Amino acid sequence: MDSFLFQAVVYLAAALIAVPVAQRLGLGSVLGYLVAGVVIGPVGLNLVGDAAGDVRTFAEFGVVMLLFLVGLELEPRRLWTMRDRLLGLGGLQMLLTGAALAALGYFLGAFELRVAIAGGLILALSSTAIILQTLQERGVLRTSGGEATFSILLFQALAVIPLLALWPLLGDHTAPVESGLGGTRQTLRYLIALVAIVGGGRYLIRPLFRLVAATGQRELFTISALFVVIGIATLTQWVGLSAALGTFIGGVLLADSEYRHELMADIEPFKGLLLAVFFMAVGAGVDFGLIAAQPGLVGALLAAMVGVKLLVMLVLGRLFRLAWPDTFLLGMALVVGDEFAFVMCGLSVQLGVFTPAEADLVIASVVLSMALSPLLFIVNDRLIQPRWAATGTTARRPDDQIGETDHPVILAGFGRFGHIIGRVLRGNGYGATVLDHDADQVEVLRKLGLKVFFGEASRVELLHAAGAARARLFIVAIDDRERSLQLVTTVKKHFPHLTLLVRALDRPHEHELAAAGVQHIYRETLGTSLELSADALRLLGMRAYQVRRQIQQFRRHDQESMRELAQVRHDDEAYISIARQHIENLDRILRADVSEEEKHQRHEGWEPPPPHDPSRD
Amino acid sequence: MRRILILFAHPALQTSRIHRRLIPAVRELEGVTFHDLYEAYPDFDIDVAAEQTSLRAHDVIVLQHPLYWYSTPALLKEWQDLVLEYGFAYGPGGTALHGKTLVNALTAGGAAEAYQRGGHNHFTVRELLAPIEQTARLCGMTYLPPFTIHGTVRLIDPAAIDAHAEGYRRFILNLRDGAPPTA
Repeated sequence: MDSFLFQAVVYLAAALIAVPVAQRLGLGSVLGYLVAGVVIGPVGLNLVGDAAGDVRTFAEFGVVMLLFLVGLELEPRRLWTMRDRLLGLGGLQMLLTGAALAALGYFLGAFELRVAIAGGLILALSSTAIILQTLQERGVLRTSGGEATFSILLFQALAVIPLLALWPLLGDHTAPVESGLGGTRQTLRYLIALVAIVGGGRYLIRPLFRLVAATGQRELFTISALFVVIGIATLTQWVGLSAALGTFIGGVLLADSEYRHELMADIEPFKGLLLAVFFMAVGAGVDFGLIAAQPGLVGALLAAMVGVKLLVMLVLGRLFRLAWPDTFLLGMALVVGDEFAFVMCGLSVQLGVFTPAEADLVIASVVLSMALSPLLFIVNDRLIQPRWAATGTTARRPDDQIGETDHPVILAGFGRFGHIIGRVLRGNGYGATVLDHDADQVEVLRKLGLKVFFGEASRVELLHAAGAARARLFIVAIDDRERSLQLVTTVKKHFPHLTLLVRALDRPHEHELAAAGVQHIYRETLGTSLELSADALRLLGMRAYQVRRQIQQFRRHDQESMRELAQVRHDDEAYISIARQHIENLDRILRADVSEEEKHQRHEGWEPPPPHDPSRD
Repeated sequence: MRRILILFAHPALQTSRIHRRLIPAVRELEGVTFHDLYEAYPDFDIDVAAEQTSLRAHDVIVLQHPLYWYSTPALLKEWQDLVLEYGFAYGPGGTALHGKTLVNALTAGGAAEAYQRGGHNHFTVRELLAPIEQTARLCGMTYLPPFTIHGTVRLIDPAAIDAHAEGYRRFILNLRDGAPPTA
């Protein structure tokens, strides 16, 4: 029963049970996954067997994907504006936390100095996966507290490079040092990787996506998206950099590309799944034996870690002029240890920095901090934040900080119909997030300097990525009736707050849309044929203004009959009979030879009262 | 010879009896420009620059229209609102219309007796046109008493209508060739 499928069933079932329960209790999904992991782990039902470690290594890839997605959301311009916090806040956090923990370990814990330093630095790191997942779930990622947290996490991801380079120096020099690479060769490798990612992102990935998109095969796009992420990860790992960092840079490079939303939508499910498995694997891997054997030591280490991290963050938060609520968010978030600690501990044992026992100790406290983290968030939410909420200090930032995906309008379809809408909106200062599924079209429009995104608009993930949750209007201008109806259904279901404006290809399509509850429907040929009719009437000698009134009347009548016909669209007999009746009525109304009474009913303007009217005498 | 611009505003000329006859009487006269506003701007999208150029090129502006609710049809009001711009028709530098003449030529459904104190409409037609008169004054124009055809509701006899058309032609010719108008 140790088959892959059985393992999959175990993980999925555990998640299905634990996560809804955890969310019901307001504990958040991360804690749910961790608990699920413990339950299926060796101390629980022992269903995962020996594979838990392998599963975790595999699932760590979810973190890599997470950073790719974070990069996609972060344009280089915005990254540059964060540089002060990134270096100042991030650098000081690492330095102070690492130093304080090392001092505690050296003086109180009686560890060797190099062990204390290594341990301090490892414990100073915080879990990107858990923190970002939690912040996202709470919708605070774009508050100033959330952004400060993110900049620290980003610095940590960067700091791993010099950390890995320095690690051999901390090693017990009696042990053989594995890293055989000279300094220059290593630097050269870094450079090659960097050039490959930046150059590839600019000149290879986009043409690749265009080519794949042109085939129209959805799954091929998913495959190429995965290929890009995994490729970058492999490349960076090969040169000895963190894979997460590499994919993050890859994400940033693609942040302004037309495939951004599509990429997000493609990677998102994989990330979610892998992270869930990762959290469960961490839960399953908690070494309760070690904790039970040395409860004092593990407890002390955990207490030191939580205390020092929180204290350092509270001080730094104030130093960087963050408001108290933001500072606490920052502190509580960063307490958690980093999954990268598992990798670092392994490496440390290899290099002779740690003994295996010391490594297990560090890992145990990191895992415990991961279990503690959701609880700290709850404490922050329920006990700490309300103190400031009452005084009106809010952690939310003003709207202008929200990324450029937050347009009031989402426009699906940018062909001959949609592009006019887009231009009119833009000309009047209303931004529209434009989605189109024709890769060639997108390419041309990009060259014209229009910000258009490639993507299949009827996918919920893509709509989320395009900011549908915060938009006001959703305009459907695509020329495929099935996809149009599908999109309308999806939008109505998932984003009921959006006002839909939909292009209809013909009458049956119009009826389907009306039946689906769309209020604003535009039959694509109606306007043009009415315009042509108007000009024909003028050329025949009719007064221009009379023509205008007649055309408006026709349009109005057409609308009314459409609503009525939509209701009987499946009943051919009734349809034809009602349609005939409407056509006759309209003909009669438009003809001049209607009776006086009817004229009165249709509100004919500018008619003098009849000659016998006493008011004119 | 003064150059005359007739601004004609009638949203439903196809149902009109009187204006349809008045137009041929003046349209082709030498020195007269006949401008059919509802035909030119059925969408109310008035070409302000062209209208101003046309105003500069004429000496007498005639507003020909039926009287609707004691005022002009909607498009003629829109024309005033858009064309008589600050800096063109009034305000600093707004002297383009100085010295020109403005006059209404209108048809009214009610009889002349209805437009007086004690009558059905209480005010005289001249009084009712006070907003236009004051507009002319503000723009430095001479405003003349209106040319009015009363009782059009009962004006059915073709001969009687032709007589009015001839009267309108003489009125326009007098504006063109007669003694300088004074208010």
